[in-house]
Amino acid sequence: MSFIAKPKVAHPSLPRNELGLTRRDYEGGMSTLCAGCGHDSVTAAIIEACWQMSMRPEQLAKLSGIGCSSKTTAYFVSGGHGFNAVHGRMPSIATGAVAANRDLYYIGVSGDGDTLSIGFGQFAHAIRRNLDMLYMIENNGVYGLTKGQFSASADVGSKAKKGEENLQPPVDPVLTALTLGCTFIARSFSGDKEQLVPLIIAGLKHKGFALIDVLSPCVTFNDHEGSTKSYEFVRDHYDEVVHADFVAPAQEITTQYAAGEVMPVTMHDGSRILLRKLDPAYDPTNRATAYTYLRDKLAQGEYVTGLIYIDEAGQDFHDVNKTTATPINQLTYDQLSPGAKGLEKIMSRYR
Amino acid sequence: MLHAADSQDRLNDFVIKLANVNGTGSASANSLLMKSIFRMGIPVMGKNYFPSNIQGLPTWYEIRVTRDGYVARSGRVDVMVAMNAETYAKDVKEVSPGGYLVYDSTWPRPALLKRDDITILGAPFARMCIETFQGVRSRILLKNIMYAGFLGALLDIDMDIMRAMLGESYANKKSLLDSNVKALDIGYNYAKEHFQCPLPLRVSRMDKTSNHIMIDGNTAAALGCLYAGATVGAWYPITPSTSLMDAFRGFCEKWRVDPATRERNFVVVQCEDELAAIGAVIGAMWNGARAFTPTSGPGISLMNEFIGLAYYAEVPAVIFDIQRVGPSTGMPTRTQQCDLLLAAYASHGDTRHVLLFPNSPEECFYMSVEAFDLAERLQTPIFVMSDLDIGMNDWMCPTLKWDDNYRPDRGKVLTKEQIEQLEKFHRYLDKDGDAIPYRTLPGVHPKGAYFTRGSGHTQYGAYTEDAAEYQIVLDRLKRKFDTAKTLVPKAVFTGKNSHDVGIVSLGSCDGAVHEALDILKRRGVQLDYMRVRSFPFGQEVEEFLASHSTLFVLEQNRDAQLKSLLTLETAVEKSKLRSILYYSGLPMSSTVIVDAILAELGATKPMAVTA
Repeated sequence: MSFIAKPKVAHPSLPRNELGLTRRDYEGGMSTLCAGCGHDSVTAAIIEACWQMSMRPEQLAKLSGIGCSSKTTAYFVSGGHGFNAVHGRMPSIATGAVAANRDLYYIGVSGDGDTLSIGFGQFAHAIRRNLDMLYMIENNGVYGLTKGQFSASADVGSKAKKGEENLQPPVDPVLTALTLGCTFIARSFSGDKEQLVPLIIAGLKHKGFALIDVLSPCVTFNDHEGSTKSYEFVRDHYDEVVHADFVAPAQEITTQYAAGEVMPVTMHDGSRILLRKLDPAYDPTNRATAYTYLRDKLAQGEYVTGLIYIDEAGQDFHDVNKTTATPINQLTYDQLSPGAKGLEKIMSRYR
Repeated sequence: MLHAADSQDRLNDFVIKLANVNGTGSASANSLLMKSIFRMGIPVMGKNYFPSNIQGLPTWYEIRVTRDGYVARSGRVDVMVAMNAETYAKDVKEVSPGGYLVYDSTWPRPALLKRDDITILGAPFARMCIETFQGVRSRILLKNIMYAGFLGALLDIDMDIMRAMLGESYANKKSLLDSNVKALDIGYNYAKEHFQCPLPLRVSRMDKTSNHIMIDGNTAAALGCLYAGATVGAWYPITPSTSLMDAFRGFCEKWRVDPATRERNFVVVQCEDELAAIGAVIGAMWNGARAFTPTSGPGISLMNEFIGLAYYAEVPAVIFDIQRVGPSTGMPTRTQQCDLLLAAYASHGDTRHVLLFPNSPEECFYMSVEAFDLAERLQTPIFVMSDLDIGMNDWMCPTLKWDDNYRPDRGKVLTKEQIEQLEKFHRYLDKDGDAIPYRTLPGVHPKGAYFTRGSGHTQYGAYTEDAAEYQIVLDRLKRKFDTAKTLVPKAVFTGKNSHDVGIVSLGSCDGAVHEALDILKRRGVQLDYMRVRSFPFGQEVEEFLASHSTLFVLEQNRDAQLKSLLTLETAVEKSKLRSILYYSGLPMSSTVIVDAILAELGATKPMAVTA
C-alpha cells in the first residue's frame, strides 16, 4: 500500500464532467492493498467510468462481501454509501437494497472466493432475480487475505507460490452466468483500462444483472511461473472477441468503424454501446453459440474477453415484481396503510 | 342410553376432539364447527395438532367450548370424534369418564370400543357418503361435513349458522355448496333419528363474542407488518412461519396494488435460504425501507452471522421467530418456546438482542408494529418471539383496532437538509447521550455517505484495529441496550405484590396461567403473576422478582431458558426461582400448571411435567 495521502485540493486545470466534477471527486479512501495489485487498476477504471457518466456520487451504492476485492469499495466514490457485508452474502444485501430503492446505481465488488465458493448460491440467485446491478468479480484465483490458498477459479495444474499444484477443475463464472440466464456478461483484464471502462459504464446502464469477470492478478500470492492468473500468463492468453464503446444518449454514432463490424445496442436510458466484433463469426446476442465459443477457446487455454453476451430486452427484478416506479422507500405512510376503515373491513372476514 | 351428566354444569363448557387423517379435508369441517359455535356468541378455543406431512398421517383438532372465555387447553376430552382407524385405540382411551365417542359405524369396531364409562355414538358416515355422492374425492371430503352436521344435532348448534357459513365458503360454487349442505343435513338427520338430541353437553346462545374475531397469530402479525408500513418481505419457507408471509402477500395484493396500473407498493422476495432472507432485510432497511423476515428456529440458526452484522453495524431488522420444537429439525409441527437463548444472544462475539413476547394473535398485531418502531429507533434487529400455537391456531381475540394518528417512528435518520448543515457526518457518535447514533440513507447527500462494515470501526465510522477506539463503540452498544430497557413493552401483572409466591411466564403460556390461577384460587392457593413481554427486562421486572420470596418460572422448553435469562440479566437470587417446564410440543394447559404448583408447594424438588 501507499502511505502518501494525496492532497484534497484539485488542480484548476483538471478536466470536469457535466456536473463540473473532476476525477478526484470520484476517488475514495486510500487503498491498503499490495503495491501493484490488479484490484487497484479496477478501482481506477470504476472511478473513470463514474466520472465519464457524470454520476452524482450519492447515486452510487457500493456493496461487497469479504476479501481483498471486497475492501476496494472503500477506495472509490466516497460520496456514495458503502456496505461491506458478510463473506459471500453481498448479493442478498443487494437484493434488499435494490428492492428498497430502484433509482440508485448498485455496484457489487466481489472476488473469486467470495463469489464462486462461499457465495456461489447467492451469486446464482441474484442472477436468477435479474437484479438491476453491476457485479464485478476481481478474479485472481487465490485467497489473498488468508495468504494464498487456491480458490474455486484456480485452473487445474496451476501452481501455488510454494509449488503445490491445483488438481480440482475450476468454476468459470462467465460460463456459469451464461447457463443461469444472466443478461449481461463480460470478461476483462485489470491491466486493460481501455476495454474495462466502457464495459463498466455499459454494465451500470444495463437494465438487469451485469456481470464483469475481471482477471486481476495477485502480485503477492499468484503472480509466479506456473500460475494461470499471473500478469504474464493473462497477457499471453488474452483474446478480445467484442470490444464495447459507450455512446451517451445525446451523442451521434460516428462511423469510425467499417460497416458490418459494428453492432449498436441501445440501452434502457437511450444511450448506446457500440460492439466492435473482432471475430466476425461471433454473435454476442446468442447465448448458445457464445457458450460453445467460450468453451472451445477455454479448452485451448484462451481467455475470451470483451462483451460476451447481452440481452437488453430482459425483464429485471422490478419488472417481474411490477414494482411501482417510485422507489418504495419513498412512499408515504398514507400510501401504505389501509387505515382504521380498512382494518374494520378486514376484520369482517374473521367474525 | 345417555349418561345423566349435570347438564347445567356442562352447558357451553366442554371439549370436542376430532381425530382425522391429514390431507382428507377435515380442517374445513372442524373450522366450520368451531366458527359456528363462535357465531352463537359462545367463546371457543381451537388447537390443531397436525403432522409434518401432506397426506395420510394422523391429525387431531381440539375445540374447547368455554363459557368463561378461557383460551388454553383444559386437558379434558368430552366428545371424541374418532375418524381415523389407525388411532382409534388411543383416541378411545383419551375420552374423559362420562364423555362421548363418535365413530364411523360403517365398519364395526367391537374390540376397540370396550369402555363402559363413556357413551358410544356410531353413524355410518362412509356408507352414507357412498350411497349419496359420486367420486372418491368428494366422498372423502363430504364425510367430514357429514360428521359436522351430526355434531350439530348432538350439540344443538344453530344449523342456520352452519348453512350460512357453507354459503360463504362456496359463494361462487353452487354445485359444491349443494353437496356440502346435503352432507350436513344427512349427518344432522341421522343423529336426530337415532339418538336423543341434544346431548347434555351442548351449546346455547350467549353474547360473549361480539367485538371479537377468530384469527391466527401469523395472519395478525402479517396485518401488523401491513400497518407498520413494511414494504419488503424476504423469506424462505419454513413451518410454522410460512403462513405469515402468505398472509402478508395476500393483504398487499388487496391493499397495496394500484387498481389502474396494477403496480405494487411492496416487494416480496422468496429467497434461496434464510441467510439470503435476512441479508435482503438488512439491505432493504439499510436503504430506508421497512423490511422483515418470518422464520423459525432452524432459520435463526442460519441467520446468525448476519444478525451479528446488523447488531454491530447498527442496521434495523425485524425477525419473526415462530418457534417450533427443537433441537435440529425436531418436531416441525409442534409448539415450544425453545429459541429464547438462541435469539437473545444470536451470533458470535458480544451480542444481545431485543425480543418481544406476544401472548396471542392480538399482541402479534400490535407488537409487530412496535417491532418496526423499535428496530428503527434502536437501529438493531428486533425479534418477535411467537410460536406455533399462537401463529397457526385460530384464537378468539378482541377485534383489532387502528388509530389513524399513528405515524411510524423512523428513528434518528438525517434528512438532506440536516446533512447539508453538518460540517461532517459521524455515523457512530453518541450525540444525545442515549447511546443511539444518527444514520443516513444512501442516495440522499454525498456528505452523509459512510461505510457500513462488520469489521472494527470508530465512533466516526472509520475502520479501526485500535483497542480504545473499538471499545468506545462496543461500550456504547451496551449502553444502547440499557436504553432499550426503557422503550420495550412492559411486563404485565396480576395480583401484584399481594403475596410472597409468584409465577413468572411469557407468551403462549399466558392463557393457561390465568385459568390455573382461577383454579388454584378455588383451592385456596393465591399467587401473583408476572408475564414478561420483552427482553431486556425493565425495572418493573426487577421489582417483582425482588418482592417475592418464591417464584415459579413457567415456560415451554427443557432447559429453563427464561429462568436462565432472568438469572443472567436481572439481580434476582437464583435460589428463589423454581422451574415448571413443559416441552411435549402440545400447547400449555391449565392442568399442567395446577398439578405442578400443587405438587411443588407440597414438596421442594424442581420438576418437569410430561403430559
